[in-house]
Amino acid sequence: MSPQPQSAVGAPLSRVDGRLKVTGKATYAAEHDIEGVVHAVIVDSAIGRGRITGIDTRAALAQPGVIKVISHLNSPKLAYRGNPETYDPPGNKQLRVFQDDKVLFRGQPVAVVVATTLEVAQHAAELVKVRYDAEQSSTDMASAPAGEPVTYARGDADKAFASAAVQVDATYQQARAHHNAMEPHATIARWDGDKLTLWDKTQWPIGIQKDVAAQFGIPIDSVRIIAPFVGGSFGNAMRAWPHIATTALAARETGRPVKLVLSRRQLYFGVGYRPSYEYRVRLGSDRRGRVSAMVQHLKAETSSYENFTEGVLHAGQMVYKAPHVRQDYRTVPLDVNTPVWMRGPGFATASFALESAMDELAHELGIDPIELRRRNEPEEDPSNQLPFSTRRLRECYTVGAREFGWHRRNPRPRSTRDGDWLIGTGMAVGTYDVLRSGAQARVRLNADGTALIQSATSDMGPGTYTSQSQVAADALGLTMRNVTFQLGDSTMPTAPPHGGSQTMINVGSAVQDGCDKVRLQAIKLAVEDKDSPLYGADADDIVVRAGRLHRSNDPARGETYRQLLARNNRTHLEVLGSWTPSESRHSMYTYGAIFAEVAVDARLGLVRVRRMLGVFDAGRIISPKLADSQALGGMVGGIGAALLEHTATDHRDGRIVNADLANYLVPVNADIPDLRGIFLDGGEDLKADPIGVKGLGEIVYIGVAPAIANAVFNATGRRVRELPITVEAML
Amino acid sequence: MSTELTESAVPPTTESSSDPSRRTFIATTTVVGGAVVAGGLIASPLLGAQEAAAAEAPPSSRVRLTVNGKRHTVTVDNRTSLLDLLRERLDLPGTKKGCNAGACGACTVLVDGQRVNSCLTLAVRLEGAEVTTIEGLAPGGADGELHPLQAAFVEQDAFQCGYCTPGQIMSGVGCIQEGHTGSKDEIREWMSGNICRCGCYVKIVRAVEQTARGK
Repeated sequence: MSPQPQSAVGAPLSRVDGRLKVTGKATYAAEHDIEGVVHAVIVDSAIGRGRITGIDTRAALAQPGVIKVISHLNSPKLAYRGNPETYDPPGNKQLRVFQDDKVLFRGQPVAVVVATTLEVAQHAAELVKVRYDAEQSSTDMASAPAGEPVTYARGDADKAFASAAVQVDATYQQARAHHNAMEPHATIARWDGDKLTLWDKTQWPIGIQKDVAAQFGIPIDSVRIIAPFVGGSFGNAMRAWPHIATTALAARETGRPVKLVLSRRQLYFGVGYRPSYEYRVRLGSDRRGRVSAMVQHLKAETSSYENFTEGVLHAGQMVYKAPHVRQDYRTVPLDVNTPVWMRGPGFATASFALESAMDELAHELGIDPIELRRRNEPEEDPSNQLPFSTRRLRECYTVGAREFGWHRRNPRPRSTRDGDWLIGTGMAVGTYDVLRSGAQARVRLNADGTALIQSATSDMGPGTYTSQSQVAADALGLTMRNVTFQLGDSTMPTAPPHGGSQTMINVGSAVQDGCDKVRLQAIKLAVEDKDSPLYGADADDIVVRAGRLHRSNDPARGETYRQLLARNNRTHLEVLGSWTPSESRHSMYTYGAIFAEVAVDARLGLVRVRRMLGVFDAGRIISPKLADSQALGGMVGGIGAALLEHTATDHRDGRIVNADLANYLVPVNADIPDLRGIFLDGGEDLKADPIGVKGLGEIVYIGVAPAIANAVFNATGRRVRELPITVEAML
Repeated sequence: MSTELTESAVPPTTESSSDPSRRTFIATTTVVGGAVVAGGLIASPLLGAQEAAAAEAPPSSRVRLTVNGKRHTVTVDNRTSLLDLLRERLDLPGTKKGCNAGACGACTVLVDGQRVNSCLTLAVRLEGAEVTTIEGLAPGGADGELHPLQAAFVEQDAFQCGYCTPGQIMSGVGCIQEGHTGSKDEIREWMSGNICRCGCYVKIVRAVEQTARGK
């Protein structure tokens, strides 16, 4: 078939939903106007571990407007069947709301108050008196035993390390971090008979639908999830967290639609977080910088009831070609709620440890950090001997070094000054997985020449509405304004989680497939229709542009979709597009090289980022304007991880002491200088998927923190091995 | 144009309620304040079960205010923030709740021309106030011409998820009116009360700067 002209894909278009968002008309989870809705507020446990010995709800129930207080004392038993397709940690050990008297962590829901107004519900929740038999909780990873490790080995890493000419042995710590998306998690639940509708903040409508159906023991199609807009998420809205079942239960028990919005404080234990990590790296190298051994020991916190693990080992197996690698990865069960993926899951964590260690090695050897990495660049994936689909990391180095002005860097630490400020530059590498899981999309071309495309995906901010519309517009040969893409409804065709940078890969490929098929249906209709000017033409020679079908070399001969469908009495053409990935015979990753310049106040230890550049190999870029926003936003998130973000727990009682946005610091406008992102041109990766994309929401975040840490070393001569890098660490 | 909201925000009183007294009013508000710190564990000695059983309807007030040019007379539970009044009663959810504690700026609106955090503003103190929210900013109404800063946000792609965006835009309008747009650094400083977790700061500054210059 003739290739469709590309006019929308690759064009720097503004968001199709931009107007809705700047006028306040985009509807987030808690904002759906549901007739008769009442308000629920969770009462969370005030102890870190133990049992509930009594709940006095009289004061709460006496408040005018309070409808019901639900706790384990009066809650019905819920099914909590396992969902075989869940993304929860294995074993169906999720927290079960109000099913018994056990308290597993501080902040666990112990009751929920339902009232006619929010003010009354909030006040009544404070009046619920819970008595406990408290035990000492264990929340400190440093003093708790770890479980059995997950391991990986190739070669004999311990022997190779022991005999290496140059050795680096360092342990890196990363604080627990919370996603803190601006929209709090929120759910509205309504039962219509035995059918449940949830307006929910989620990145995965299909996943939440199946999880909630299993929790309540009802058929999957009895649950509908609606989530047209998601106010950020960064990995935290792919599980059916306890507040969702709580809301659905409250709605069932009261017979009213119920709205529940977690408070900012409750977001620190009501949903997930990135676990704290300890990552020891031992690098063995010869004097020319060829790394022979990488021994890696990882430890991460998890909850006492679920073992959360993530893809933290891949990077240490395939970024560099070290022949001898050994890894072990242990989790430490604590009296905390279960962690979850957060932007750049696993890979961002690994990147801080590995890229800091490589920088330490470069300094030890007196080799430029980029040159050291070039010397360890593998020709194939050393973990599985598969060829790379595309790996343009060398090009990222070249472009990045040139655009950043890397040659001006003085490699000697503490050698550049600007008044009171010590100036330094650093770089680091990022890598992230290409997640191929498949998806479906319904494509309907209407007789009026417009198209509607639907898939049960989500848009937490990257611009799914816009970028999928761009793919569809070109594949159908329509202008953008005649294409509508809809998402965020579990009744739509299935889509994988909108996370892990997999939406464009999977949903985009399904949209492309569906639109191609509809276009080809229309072309077939035309060439077989005696009344069409295209009758008898070669179908492979026909393209569609702005809704008009014509021969590729004879634009004058053709007709529009409208004319074609009207003449054939067709109201529409419809196809269920799909993409199922074939088994992979390639190693597929995105890559990035991050460059940072920092200034450190020589006396106060204050670290400021002065400028930053990211160069990325992310495959084909569908929507450059939006991709650029993600690149800059990823760097901002990385600056937060590097310098600010740290969830602090009081280990005496398991209380998170900075569970708010005044004390859990995230970057604000004044923290952010001019940033620049570059996506390498011409990068389509057709081995990854039919549209040549590799995903980009994670890679733009990974490597930012170590680039900053390495720049801090260059500025000050001080190697900080703990994130975030605080003023205290610099003094 | 004026509307009178006929429904009461105050739930119906129960049969057991007694006449409001100053003492119970103070006790109740004390517990509200104290409970924020104490959490759900500690029961206040001021509010034992017997006293609570006689809880009355919460104190409420009648407030006249103008929102986006439209006059409203509302009876509000005295605990109601302007933010919750807008979102839960006036059907104006464009103003966002991010932290409900004045730390994120998502709830920024203009009150008598000044930018304020509506989550920290009690509705009862707004007698006679003029409130402008994101829904009232565009001169052409919801489907018409955008305010120049709204247009600049779209053009610069100064948002991703969009949840902080109404607050950013209202704050940006205030920032421009205040004249705090002399340089990028000045804009950064005066826009730092509004957190954008997607990290769109570079483009937010561009949008504010572009709009300020176009004034």
